[in-house]
Amino acid sequence: MENIIQLRSVNKWFGEFHVLKDINFSVSEKEKVVICGPSGSGKSTLIRCINRLEEHQKGSIIVDGMTLDENTKNISAIRSEVGMVFQQFNLFPHLSILENCTLAQIWVKKKTKNESEKLAMDYLRKVQIDDQALKFPGQLSGGQQQRAAIARALCMEPKIMLFDEPTSALDPEMIKEVLDVMVDLAKGGMTMCVVTHEMGFAKEVADRVVFMDEGNIVEEKKTSDFFENPENERTKLFLSQIL
Amino acid sequence: MSFLQNKIEKFDQYLSDHPKVKFFLPQALLVVFLFIIIGYLSFNASSNLAARGIDTGFSFLNKKASFDIQFSMIEFDSSMTYGRAYLVGLLNTILVSVIGIIFATIIGFFFGILRLSTNPLASGLATCYIETLRNISLLLQIFFWYFAVLRLLPSAENSLVLFNFVYANIKGIYIPRFVWTNLSFFIYGIIFTIFFIIIFNKYASILREKTGKHLPKFLISIGLLIIIPSFVVLTFGVSLEFSHPKLEVNMGISNYIGGVSIIPELIALAFALSLYTSTFIAENVRAGILGIDKGQKEAAASIGLTKTQILKLIVIPQALRIIIPPTTNQYLNLTKNSSLAAAIAYPDIVLVFAGTALMQTGRAIEIVTITMLTYLTLSILISIFMNWYNKKVALTEK
Repeated sequence: MENIIQLRSVNKWFGEFHVLKDINFSVSEKEKVVICGPSGSGKSTLIRCINRLEEHQKGSIIVDGMTLDENTKNISAIRSEVGMVFQQFNLFPHLSILENCTLAQIWVKKKTKNESEKLAMDYLRKVQIDDQALKFPGQLSGGQQQRAAIARALCMEPKIMLFDEPTSALDPEMIKEVLDVMVDLAKGGMTMCVVTHEMGFAKEVADRVVFMDEGNIVEEKKTSDFFENPENERTKLFLSQIL
Repeated sequence: MSFLQNKIEKFDQYLSDHPKVKFFLPQALLVVFLFIIIGYLSFNASSNLAARGIDTGFSFLNKKASFDIQFSMIEFDSSMTYGRAYLVGLLNTILVSVIGIIFATIIGFFFGILRLSTNPLASGLATCYIETLRNISLLLQIFFWYFAVLRLLPSAENSLVLFNFVYANIKGIYIPRFVWTNLSFFIYGIIFTIFFIIIFNKYASILREKTGKHLPKFLISIGLLIIIPSFVVLTFGVSLEFSHPKLEVNMGISNYIGGVSIIPELIALAFALSLYTSTFIAENVRAGILGIDKGQKEAAASIGLTKTQILKLIVIPQALRIIIPPTTNQYLNLTKNSSLAAAIAYPDIVLVFAGTALMQTGRAIEIVTITMLTYLTLSILISIFMNWYNKKVALTEK
């Protein structure tokens, strides 16, 4: 299968801190990959490099045939094909939920207002908050906000979805409603890279699990193998703490 | 003793049975007390004034002022009334405040954004500017511009000539006066153009919503602003000539006659007020932009918006709501600080009315009251406008 995301010996430093050490990582089309690991292991930075919210300093990243470099045209082309969901939702508080979803369609894809609202309502219905469309983010619960953020990303009709700890900022009773939406999305055939500690979600959805520690990919296996036969000591330790 | 105690206890009981009375009684007593004091003071003042044979009332406003004002936007000479002098002072205060507010805002935004620059030279320069001017007394800055800078300009004969039409000397800055023919056509043309541009912008928004087509609104608006007035000028014979100021020597004293003169007092005051206030506005702007979560820009970038779009659609609308309320305070401060004009004799309302007019008429109470109410009105008008604007950009929260 074709690799839609391809990282070759990617290195990144924050000042002196070597956050990504020679990372080789790829995702094929329609594959679902869960990335886990202790905090500070570089997992968020890794997926933020994929849509160039972070710049890598060495190595190459190719997304859907396009190489990530200084070229601005490439970056915006890649960003409209890669959706991202953040830990803190990052909805635009001065716009209604509907406007959050239509903004990029109107300004980036140059669609009409009617068209973009129609598509936005479709996705809002899919994440089951179409009845909240005219409210503002501040009026919604955390779970609803995160579902709106997922809808906002989907409105660009991306080929790949990146999730950066999407449930970490949520109250426990709201985690499930967000995970349900993500499971639906996975079943629909979306290519997904998910940074999460929700191992239940990983077991249910992921094709592959990647374990990172101190800037390295320590272990990378098919989901069932990962949970049943972890090889690395650090992976075992991590799993014993989290499960 | 026991009788009094009994009464007090009964009253106490009454109060706890009637919470409304308990709540309003002390406040009512306070109001009555205040009225008594104000009544006493004004009775005292008016009887004192009457005893000294000083007239009271506002009739003086219609009397001849018999003093000259150095700088006035409306016609004024010593044969006109105190009421007219008040108007001159008020207009001069408004003039310097409006100039100050406009320039303070522009300079403030510029330095506020510059201070956030990633270029250390640019941000260092901005920090230096802000920290220096913010921490020096405003009065001193007015003196600096007036005595230290503008006084160094040459005498009228040796005027500094800039671009062949601006003449600067110790008596002020002189620029050509515009002499128009058919000016009204031109003004109608401009009004029509503005109207047309508003309609065009609405049309462009609707077009974008309906068809997804993005017209270059800004460029087309600028184009219209140039084309339509030029057309009007060419068709209706509107013409503009400049009446240049000319150096004339009268009884050994040379001066520029004709043209428009801007007195050094106005320049110094406008400079000092704009620069001083701009530093505070710059800090508001910086706080406003820093106050926006980094995640907002990342989220906007992640759905493909460009840097300019992020600034226009995400950052500025959110930053404004943080910037506006403290900036309103700065506008109010600037307007009130303009009364420092008195120190360099710029004829603002305080100098002309609460100064000269008060000295000549002795109507201290009336004049001070009018001046106070004037400042209060100006401040309230600014507040109302800014609150209205703030509501427009405010967020809908829970």
